[in-house]
Amino acid sequence: MTTLTKEAGAPSPADAGAFLSVRDLHVSFKTEDGIVRAVDGLSFDVQRGKTLGIVGESGSGKSVTNLTILGLHNPMFTTVEGEILLDGQELTTARESDLEKLRGNKVAMIFQDPLTALSPYYTVGRQIAEPYMKHMGASKKVAWARAVEMLGKVGIPNPKERAKDYPHQFSGGMRQRAMIAMALVCDPDLLIADEPTTALDVTVQAQILDLLKDLQQEFGSGIVFITHDLGVIADMADDIMVMYAGNAVERGTTNEVLRSPQHPYTWGLLNSMPRLDSDLGAPLAPIPGAPPSLLNPPSGCRFHPRCTFQDRVGGTRCVTERPLLAPDRASACHLTADQKRSIFIEEIKPRLG
Amino acid sequence: MLRFLVRRFLGAIVILFLLSIVTFLLFFGMPRDPGLLMCGKTCNPTSLANIHHVLGLDKPITTQYWIFLKNLVMGSNGFAQGPCPAPCFGYSYHTNDQVWATLIDRLPTTISLTLGGAFFFLLIGLGTGLLAAWKRGTLIDKTATAGAMVLSSMQIYFLGPLALALLVYQTHLFDKPAYNNFTANPVSWFSGLIIPWVVLSTIFAAQYTRMARSAMIEQLQEEHVRTAKAKGMSRRYVFFRYAWRGSLIPIVTIFGIDLGALLGGAIITEYTFSLPGLGNLAVQAVFFSDLPLLLGVMIFSATMILLFNIIVDACYAFIDPRVRLA
Amino acid sequence: MTEDLVLPAPRDAAPEVSGDPLLVVEGLTKHFPVKGGFPIRRTVGAVQAVDGIDLTVHVGESFGLVGESGCGKSTTGRLITRLLEPSAGKITYSGQDITHASRKQLAPIRSEIQMIFQDPYSSLNPRQTVGKIISGPMEINGIQPAGGREGRVRELLEIVGLNPEHYNRFPHEFSGGQRQRIGVARALALEPKLIVADEPVSALDVSIQAQVVNLLQEVQRELGIAFLFIAHDLAVVRHFSHRVAVMYLGKIIEVGDRDSIYTRPRHPYTHALLSAVPEVNLGDDETVGRERIRLAGDVPSPINPPTGCRFRTRCWKAQDKCATEEPPLIQISGNLAGHLTACHFPEEPTIEARDEDIVLDPALAALEES
Repeated sequence: MTTLTKEAGAPSPADAGAFLSVRDLHVSFKTEDGIVRAVDGLSFDVQRGKTLGIVGESGSGKSVTNLTILGLHNPMFTTVEGEILLDGQELTTARESDLEKLRGNKVAMIFQDPLTALSPYYTVGRQIAEPYMKHMGASKKVAWARAVEMLGKVGIPNPKERAKDYPHQFSGGMRQRAMIAMALVCDPDLLIADEPTTALDVTVQAQILDLLKDLQQEFGSGIVFITHDLGVIADMADDIMVMYAGNAVERGTTNEVLRSPQHPYTWGLLNSMPRLDSDLGAPLAPIPGAPPSLLNPPSGCRFHPRCTFQDRVGGTRCVTERPLLAPDRASACHLTADQKRSIFIEEIKPRLG
Repeated sequence: MLRFLVRRFLGAIVILFLLSIVTFLLFFGMPRDPGLLMCGKTCNPTSLANIHHVLGLDKPITTQYWIFLKNLVMGSNGFAQGPCPAPCFGYSYHTNDQVWATLIDRLPTTISLTLGGAFFFLLIGLGTGLLAAWKRGTLIDKTATAGAMVLSSMQIYFLGPLALALLVYQTHLFDKPAYNNFTANPVSWFSGLIIPWVVLSTIFAAQYTRMARSAMIEQLQEEHVRTAKAKGMSRRYVFFRYAWRGSLIPIVTIFGIDLGALLGGAIITEYTFSLPGLGNLAVQAVFFSDLPLLLGVMIFSATMILLFNIIVDACYAFIDPRVRLA
Repeated sequence: MTEDLVLPAPRDAAPEVSGDPLLVVEGLTKHFPVKGGFPIRRTVGAVQAVDGIDLTVHVGESFGLVGESGCGKSTTGRLITRLLEPSAGKITYSGQDITHASRKQLAPIRSEIQMIFQDPYSSLNPRQTVGKIISGPMEINGIQPAGGREGRVRELLEIVGLNPEHYNRFPHEFSGGQRQRIGVARALALEPKLIVADEPVSALDVSIQAQVVNLLQEVQRELGIAFLFIAHDLAVVRHFSHRVAVMYLGKIIEVGDRDSIYTRPRHPYTHALLSAVPEVNLGDDETVGRERIRLAGDVPSPINPPTGCRFRTRCWKAQDKCATEEPPLIQISGNLAGHLTACHFPEEPTIEARDEDIVLDPALAALEES
């Protein structure tokens, strides 16, 4: 039994430049019904050793973005525009063979459901050893030993024997640990975790989240952590980007975004989420309506059909003009900075209890 | 695994037993009297009764069935034609040959036809299917898919005579289909079967192309295949180690069913090319109401199908570790 | 198409729970047989999905059932609605024993107990119009409401916040949240007295989830319907329920009114569960601390559950007694009336941070040590 010391683990590099920079990313899919604009002009940075939390609901484009970083989208149906710079290397135009060298090596991914994300046909040890052999040029024996070491590190008891097991012989939490071991086996600089705990029970989720945080300190990786759960993001992230319908609507440090949110959508998310300490006298304050179809997204601000603050902006700006997201701490909304501050303090915060 | 196989074999024996009863009953439900067929032109009630007695057709049906079963397991010396060692299906009413010996005699033809055909259709079918999946969306894929669609809608009784007419009788490019013993003359064995193989494998290969392509495309969209890609494995590795492994299950399933059915007698193919295999024998047995022969062919075919079912299930365990422990 | 809630603002003067028991469950048990053996397959064991639970839902009360996967909470819901046949125990509804009641005997009660399912995509027949789906229960039970069935359906659609004009639409024309509203309308069609809601909002996005939670709460308060609310999300259950039971491996390990369970829990598992919920700390005070408990591993298999106390294999307080003696579900000293806990060595009734975190996971402990 120990206590977790909460201090920044890995020292940030001297230049402090972003390790991953996404600039004006557009991703669209061809479907039978038309073109789905899943991501529409997205920019963000991830620093080494830091965690960026991307929060959004289904269809917000958060998962698509991260598949695109590693080129895991299906090129037959997908169009990608914009820039993805990883450690100075442009990825949207990179050759497949160059991407292969990055995947699992410099950048690794953890997926949501470890049962379907691990192959049922090969042993856990083999699946962890494979990328190590490929990227480090290690022999089978060395890679296997490394796999066992990694399994031990993520807390699989008796890793030497369990490495010979197949994923279905592991419990849900153990599988996600194996997935983490697989992602970290080549000591990546960046880890993309796409809803890594959504399929897990709450007590197991708590273990896995803490494990990820502790391993991040040891490995010094940057993490892009994608989730729909604000509680999880509050626990994990240094910085937060809120996504809605293919756009980033708000970004800032975790403290800024959660304690003094500026965008009506972020307000809506906070207000609609029941908490263990929220006031029980009042009902939840949901966001009216449902997320838009990305086949035919709303004009102007994509949130405007669900936004209750349109009249404060006045005119038709919300319907006609798309609000832009400035760099650093910012929100993409036509409300003035003063309006945002006063609305949050006077109308939103009291309801949060 | 052993327990599983033993259980499956026991189950198969029960099914065969039920099948023999059904066949037996169906035969006696037929409006034709097999005695009448043997009786010939000079038939009179006395000779017919005599024949019925010799064949045992005058005994109650349960007794007849019991005798059949007993002979099958223990063999019999009670036949006028001579001794009949186990497994004894008796003697054919029509040719007076021992049924089991006839089956064994016809078997090499069917096996040659089946295995040769299977070799070609697996090679061509799976190869084309994999190529189409690898080159998905390209002209190669579209050509392969369209070709497979057309060919898989063909039937042997259309393609067979067509091939015979064009390739054999008109152009004399190939030998007339015939079965020649492999050990006696491998070359004539090959040249005699090449046309049936080609026709058989054309139709089957088209089905396997479509199956392999769709199974691979489905597998390539699986999350665990995406994971393999995400950890930097090459496209080739992901394709052949991850996606192919998962595609094996449906392919092996269908292949097992096909192989079992073909080994039990490719009736139309053999009939089309006049090959003296089990399929032809089955036609003959039905035509002459030859009960012993019919039962023999039926049970032999059913055994083949059941056997390959068990083999397929055993294969699952090798392909998919999840099945091993269940 | 927007779906603003048209329900009246909530009144704090919600009808108080009357106190009459509506549903009484005693010793309810469901064991699913495990087949195996050689050469003939036979029952060789049992998944002890639910193993002797007692609970009471009062008229107009909303009762929350929480627990992690495999704890038996969904099975319990299915047993109570008699979608599954109990292995043992007794279910009494309105004083009538319905444990093994036949279809015929159940018929009059069927309309009073309704169910709402988790997946709004698969629990609605895609080939039926919304009108047909919602009027189905009335038809089956031969009920002819005053304004006709169609009128009643339109009324129900309005209650759940859907446009009555959408009577003739098919489920696929609605979004996930709207589909769940259809499910609620169907459950309300027969004016039930008890609704068993099995994870009714866990398939929905956060913003939609709040709409449905509010709807259910309105329905519960305005119409005085008792709810058995089954969910894994502790915050949602807290928001919705008057009383809460915590299940672990087929047993209820703690039950009590909402405040007791969420602020004065006694069972170590309840403590662990609450401390595991990731929370947004909105307070300005950075030091507000909740206790931190990290268990090791996952829930054991219900096929061969631990002897004695089922939680002992993951409990930091477990002693020899826990293995040999199953703790009874009783009111332990210091608890308020109605707050029952099944534990030999209960925790302090607080969720405040401890002097030292409890980290049982060996990997976490090792990483945090260094």
